[in-house]
Amino acid sequence: MKFLLNLYVNSATLPGEGLDHEEFLTAAGQTGELVSGHAFADPSISAAVRVRDGGMTVTEGPFLETADHVAGQYLVDCASRERAVELAALIPSGQVGGVEVRPLMDSAGMEM
Amino acid sequence: MSTTERLGDLLRELAPQVLGVLLRRYGGFEECEDAVQEALLAAVTQWPADGVPDRPRSWLVTVASRRLIDQVRSEQARRRREVTAAVRDVPVPGDEKPGDQDDTLALLFLCCHPALTPASQVALTLRAVGGLTTAEVARAFLVPEATMAPRISRAKQRIKTAGASFEMPPAQERAERLDAVLQVLYLIFNEGYTASSGPDLHRGELTTEAIRLTRMVHRSLPDDGEVAGLLALMLLTDARRAARTSPDGALVPMSEQDRSRWDAAMIEEGAALVTDAMSSSPLGPYQLQAAIAALHVQASRAEDTDWEQIRILYGILGRIAPNPMVTLNHAIALAMTRGPRTGLELLESLDGDPRVARHHRLYAVRAHLQELAGEHAAARENYRLAARLTTSLPEQRYLWGRAGRLDARTGEEHTSHE
Repeated sequence: MKFLLNLYVNSATLPGEGLDHEEFLTAAGQTGELVSGHAFADPSISAAVRVRDGGMTVTEGPFLETADHVAGQYLVDCASRERAVELAALIPSGQVGGVEVRPLMDSAGMEM
Repeated sequence: MSTTERLGDLLRELAPQVLGVLLRRYGGFEECEDAVQEALLAAVTQWPADGVPDRPRSWLVTVASRRLIDQVRSEQARRRREVTAAVRDVPVPGDEKPGDQDDTLALLFLCCHPALTPASQVALTLRAVGGLTTAEVARAFLVPEATMAPRISRAKQRIKTAGASFEMPPAQERAERLDAVLQVLYLIFNEGYTASSGPDLHRGELTTEAIRLTRMVHRSLPDDGEVAGLLALMLLTDARRAARTSPDGALVPMSEQDRSRWDAAMIEEGAALVTDAMSSSPLGPYQLQAAIAALHVQASRAEDTDWEQIRILYGILGRIAPNPMVTLNHAIALAMTRGPRTGLELLESLDGDPRVARHHRLYAVRAHLQELAGEHAAARENYRLAARLTTSLPEQRYLWGRAGRLDARTGEEHTSHE
């Protein structure tokens, strides 16, 4: 099963501050569970695009003005939700506010 | 079948045999397995141009042995002299000997060693026994090669650490270890079967690969009822493949499938296998599931399904191998024979069971039985809940569709009351 680990940080945190995820990267890398990862640039330089009634508007991002934003994400492929949570717990919460473990949809399925 | 496909089939058939020969001669699973992979790659590049050698197996053994020696030499490994000495006794090409099938079985036992995680067991089995490259295994599981490679190398490391060797496990361990092998083969099958509705054709080929490997095990252990049962279960399930999706990719429930599109030859083979196994071996979960699958596919119309027999078989399965998925299926069979309320009562036994508390199948089955009972509003809510809980796109689409059908109907009910 694939899971996206969304790393939330508080907007007050300076960008790129302490992204040391060695323990997570080593664990998920060695087991062959880590698929990919991205560190996001600061939300202040993002754009929000909306298309309505054939017209497009572009505004300064982020899309949602919230106290926390996603600063990066990892994609893991592991056996269960429990295992994904276990991996997420290896990311020190001193650096991120918290990690959202988000299951991804799969194109496979069983007829009922 | 194209030349390339025939070549691929031949190489995959030979892969475990060649690995078996190398392991018996030199030992060292990790090194031997790497050498066999390189020999297979050499064959893929050379054979189409030069033609398939007269003795393809011997060719592969020779090339793999050379690679192994090169590898050992270049590493200046401690075992260098031993290996070189052993190679001096390389038998003349063509020493085909019996025992290939036992080799395959011993290899499967090694790849499904209990020290490995299921994901590693699956990956290693496909590479070492199935003869797939790491890239092919990665593609089948929709992950990059860089993600799959550590699963395989770590598995090999663990085998080394565990001190596991290339020989049959002792008799008292064998049943347990065979269970692990069958579980891995079933995992590979399911990965392919559930994917065959989607665009992931490479993943779908895992079904064929699982059947091929299970056939090998069945040839080695023809009297084992559970091996025969698993092979039968795979054949009877895969027989429905062409009918299980509509042209637009939507899942078609078994009761609505076009039965003329089911594979009659597979059904016949699977049914014969399970009948034979059940009459001559101790009963086991794979045989029971195969027998149930046979009852489903042998009915010429959905309404002719022998639900009474299916209910009895699920009852036995629930006793010898209880798990929530069996209970769910038992509830459906109860509903079909004793009425939907009886089925719903059995489902209540799963309330609070953490194994299915968030599982979409529980809510999907409950919705289905409520629909049969005429409780349309409750059914619709449970279909919707199930749709939220599943992580499968085609299942979600199916469940939303069922909820939508009830929207229309409950709408009518409201109108008729007014």
